[in-house]
Amino acid sequence: MERPVSPDAALLARALRDPASLEPLDADGWTALIAMARAEQLIGTLAQRLAGAAMPPAVARILEDARASAADQRRAALWEAEAARRALVGVEAPIVLLKGTAYVAAGLAAGEGRSIGDLDILVPRESLDAVERALLSSGWEWVKPDPYDDAYYRRWMHELPPLIHRERDRMIDVHHTILPLTARITPDPEAMIADSIVLENGLRVLSPEDMICHAAAHLFADGDLAGGMRNLWDIDRLCREFGGRDEDFCLSVYERAHRHGLLTVVRRAFRLARQLYGTPVRAYRSPIRVPLDDRLSDRLYRRRLFARNGWGRPTRRGTRFAFYLRSHWLRMPPAMLARHLWTKWRKGYRPV
Amino acid sequence: MRHIFQVRIGPAGFRVGSDWRAPIAELERLYAGYPAPENGVPDFTVRLFAARPWRRWLRPAVTLGGDFVLPDAAPLPLSQGLLAAEMAMNLQMALGQRRYLLLHASAVEREGRAVLMTGLSGAGKSTLAALLGARGWRLMGDEFALIDPATGMVHAFPRLVSLKNAAIGVVGDAVPQARFGPLLAGTPKGDIRHLVPDPQAVARMDEPAQPALLLFPRFGFAIAQRDLGPSEIFVRLTQASTNYVALGERGFDAMTRVVRDVPARAIDYPNAEAAIQQVEALWNAL
Repeated sequence: MERPVSPDAALLARALRDPASLEPLDADGWTALIAMARAEQLIGTLAQRLAGAAMPPAVARILEDARASAADQRRAALWEAEAARRALVGVEAPIVLLKGTAYVAAGLAAGEGRSIGDLDILVPRESLDAVERALLSSGWEWVKPDPYDDAYYRRWMHELPPLIHRERDRMIDVHHTILPLTARITPDPEAMIADSIVLENGLRVLSPEDMICHAAAHLFADGDLAGGMRNLWDIDRLCREFGGRDEDFCLSVYERAHRHGLLTVVRRAFRLARQLYGTPVRAYRSPIRVPLDDRLSDRLYRRRLFARNGWGRPTRRGTRFAFYLRSHWLRMPPAMLARHLWTKWRKGYRPV
Repeated sequence: MRHIFQVRIGPAGFRVGSDWRAPIAELERLYAGYPAPENGVPDFTVRLFAARPWRRWLRPAVTLGGDFVLPDAAPLPLSQGLLAAEMAMNLQMALGQRRYLLLHASAVEREGRAVLMTGLSGAGKSTLAALLGARGWRLMGDEFALIDPATGMVHAFPRLVSLKNAAIGVVGDAVPQARFGPLLAGTPKGDIRHLVPDPQAVARMDEPAQPALLLFPRFGFAIAQRDLGPSEIFVRLTQASTNYVALGERGFDAMTRVVRDVPARAIDYPNAEAAIQQVEALWNAL
């Protein structure tokens, strides 16, 4: 019969936020925690976070494997960035690393233990054709054979259709901005690239403020909150690291977010990061008024973020579906959305 | 999940959850002699579930899930639920194992030293391991050999032996019928019948062994033997490993160590008896 397992992934958030809270965990509790962490791609982060804590030997071994695996992923991600750098040497354009690869390339705490899959880069829109040609001549190939998908990406998306390297089997997403062109919010990618920071090898990463803006935009203005717990953990780590060097870091983020049209989204991200992980974020009354009081709607977001059970299974179909619809609603105008969903439905795609 | 089974096979603990009782009942019977996961915390979670609620009863179809999944694995009919469980457990190892270098190979042991047999599906890995297991060798596993990158030792993974088609009869003549699971006819891989490893294989599954002989058997040819160069061995082993790339440098070091230290031979054989004679002869000549 069903054993009692923690009802949702709030357990995982608690473990990451306060490892000491785990001591009363029994075998089933640990099992649930590991399954959730794997499903949310936070197992390496959890392993890093729980290093040295008291736990049964079997758990210690599982987490040790996860730590080693994260180290391998880190190395592979850096190598993939280097491969892209070499392929793009002839392209006269700044190449900005995004997300996980950027965090490890810049040596940030947000990269510790993080699982990293695809390589994401941001380039100026006018360099897109040159970048595409250079990658195609260096062993990358198209992933999506579907002409509708391909045309859709090129006309409406913020990135090229995904490319995969035929020998290393690794994907690259080439972005020219951070949200789809059809979205209501239109951040300023030129400013992001202009203020990016050059690393030793010539590749770039976003400025600290833009890293937060991008993570928040990705989470609340684009996707259906899949992978949200990991995204918020990134934001938590970035805020702690940069906030530790500059006590008005949050204010800089708000100013930047305002410029990109992302202030509402960033405030939502900060509130939820604080609710999940205790992130030290600051509200302001002056020079600009930026309140961060919890909102009733945050509960709905948490309900979606924690929608996973002790078997690592997605739960709360209704909530998930609502956020899926929301993601499309944000992404494109209604008539276009109807046409798009109808086309995808006829092709056999079923969400959730 | 509604029905739950937990087991430890070699170093890997599993938790299998199922929407149906039947696959769990079969696992309980066939894995009766196995221990539970260490500390009660399994390494991997497997889920057997109905992708749509009505598929629990109406032409029930078992979808494979777990910590690690392939995106488009086809569901199996409930009558093949045991196969679904075994496939899903193998998948966790193939995609999720990071402690050991995983070789798609069967392994048997004698006096602390192991013979590894690898090859394409149909080469006879499982059949030879089961038959050698019936002749005094200790069966270490018929699917995966686990190489510890730290020590170079091979660790056992003696799951149920998966016999296919003609191999079912060949092995059926050599071991007691009581150790067989149900015949699963008409699966995507043909007829399949699972064999419970003998008690010593389970009792001694925590004893690693030194890899001593690496064989590349091939069924359906006249008796022949061939030496392989190190580069051919290396390439064939990388193809036989599901986590070689994911293990990075540790994987490379463990792999090159096997290639360097373990004598290897390709053997062709027309029938099981001829294969066993070749294995014994090569073993005695070591």
